[in-house]
Amino acid sequence: MSLSAEEVRHIALLARLGLSEEEVEKFRTQLSNILENMEILKGVDTADLPPTAQTIALSNVYRADEPEPSLPVKDVLANAPAQEDDSLKINAVLE
Amino acid sequence: MDNLHQLTIHEAHRLLKEKKLSSVELTEAVLKGLHKVDDKVRACVTVTDEQALKDAREADKAIAAGDIRPLTGVPSLIKDVICTRGIRTTCSSKMLENFVPPYDATVIKKLKAEHYVILGKTNMDEFAMGSSTENSAFFVTHNPWDLDRVPGGSSGGSAASVAADEAIYALGSDTGGSIRQPAGFCGVVGLKPTYGRVSRYGLVAFASSLDQIGPITKDVTDCALVLNIICGHDKRDSTTAPLDVPDFTRALKPDLKKVRIGVPKEYFVRGMQPEVHKAVDEAIKQLEKLGASVDRSVSLPYTGYALAAYYILAPSEASANLARYDGVKYGYSYRDSSNMWESMEKTKQNGFGAEVKRRIMLGTYALSAGYYDAYYLKAQKVRTLIKRDFEQAFQKYDVLVTPTSPTVPFKIGEKTDDPVQMYLSDVCTLPINIAGVPAISIPAGLVNGLPVGLQIIAKHFDEAALLRVAYAFEQATDWHTKKPALA
Repeated sequence: MSLSAEEVRHIALLARLGLSEEEVEKFRTQLSNILENMEILKGVDTADLPPTAQTIALSNVYRADEPEPSLPVKDVLANAPAQEDDSLKINAVLE
Repeated sequence: MDNLHQLTIHEAHRLLKEKKLSSVELTEAVLKGLHKVDDKVRACVTVTDEQALKDAREADKAIAAGDIRPLTGVPSLIKDVICTRGIRTTCSSKMLENFVPPYDATVIKKLKAEHYVILGKTNMDEFAMGSSTENSAFFVTHNPWDLDRVPGGSSGGSAASVAADEAIYALGSDTGGSIRQPAGFCGVVGLKPTYGRVSRYGLVAFASSLDQIGPITKDVTDCALVLNIICGHDKRDSTTAPLDVPDFTRALKPDLKKVRIGVPKEYFVRGMQPEVHKAVDEAIKQLEKLGASVDRSVSLPYTGYALAAYYILAPSEASANLARYDGVKYGYSYRDSSNMWESMEKTKQNGFGAEVKRRIMLGTYALSAGYYDAYYLKAQKVRTLIKRDFEQAFQKYDVLVTPTSPTVPFKIGEKTDDPVQMYLSDVCTLPINIAGVPAISIPAGLVNGLPVGLQIIAKHFDEAALLRVAYAFEQATDWHTKKPALA
């Protein structure tokens, strides 16, 4: 299993993760090596097996929809990188 | 009184209850001890001296009013992945270096209701991804038993702090061994509860189907005392089990009559240090002497696939969970671009360290079109097989025992350039998270002055069985009383 630099850049784009050229090369080698160690799973017969996403098998967990006070806007925005008029300020999405 | 910082929770509680000691005196002594050694150990990201003394005064008031419970007034450290209102919670990442949570995690709310005392927040591998605490974006934590060695990880700060008596107890979190492996490396007690036992509300998410919060303590009694408080259903975490929480101290019995113990042979892996193997063998003999029946020929045939499955499942979940760090709502934000995508990409590039990036890449790949079935879905099916291995074993045995780690703590820098070697140090702990069962690591020996951990595993929601076996072993041995000689 060997990834190309092109594949590494594609994965980074999907994750919206910026990478330097050195990082692309480093991750290409390291991820290829890690993925090689995962080839072992191909030898396991999993036909007709259900996948497990969660181990204690709770499903459809409901609770009463009771309104309660939310965190104050001021507290929540205290960590915002930029804000204006009780809102988060971001770059234009549509240009 | 000398050496107050070396007290356990139950010892401190007795003195507080008998009014021979105040929480302020105890807290001052522990802080003094902490400041004396932490420039060597470097377990803490943040030390909250003022808040600690304020909490201690509140605890003393409660005690004076007759309201004292086991954790009241006892100082603790909290892993920096658990949200503490008004106290910086960094995940040892540049991304959250200045993040001050506007709310408390459920476990913190529960501790506050007991009038706990917080001393600060502990160092960790960034976003809990790592096995040595070397992935902290801030600094490396050192093992108190040998400062040239790692404390394990990711809860390395919590484990090292308890071993160095910088806190009476600590909280950690465990996704693939992050409580047990550092507890084993530092010679302290660490327990990962059953998935769903402890609320994850306010635990910064790494891999949501694997993460659990748990105690790191100086002995098994303390472990039960902390567990009693932090467990329980929480309406804010729909994956918590709607089950009553027993009083875990009732499980602490000095013998192991009628306890059936299995030793799975797959955990004595290639590459295991012979001295560690020997120490674990000795510990198992001790359990036999205490009255347990031991079967050494147990097989969990899918164990060998756990590492590969884990490093697909955990990074996949991580890649989804960490997508939230986009520089918009909180955390580090790249501001030198007017382009939305560039800002987001640079935010992650500058805010995350190498291991976090590696896992985001790995998870994104495993979930991407064309690879989902071959990697993620395949790993989830293998997860079913690993879980069944445990279910079958627990029809015959009350607990399974294994080494916590195949080696003693390794040297700082020894494995940082080779992720696959680093991942192998969790080979004995991560199948447990995959199956969602509870496990504890207890001190079970010293090899050349370095701690060896014994891991005990039980079926879902049977933490009591772990504590019973761990306690009986502890009563018959003195490994838990050994202290590192920190000059």
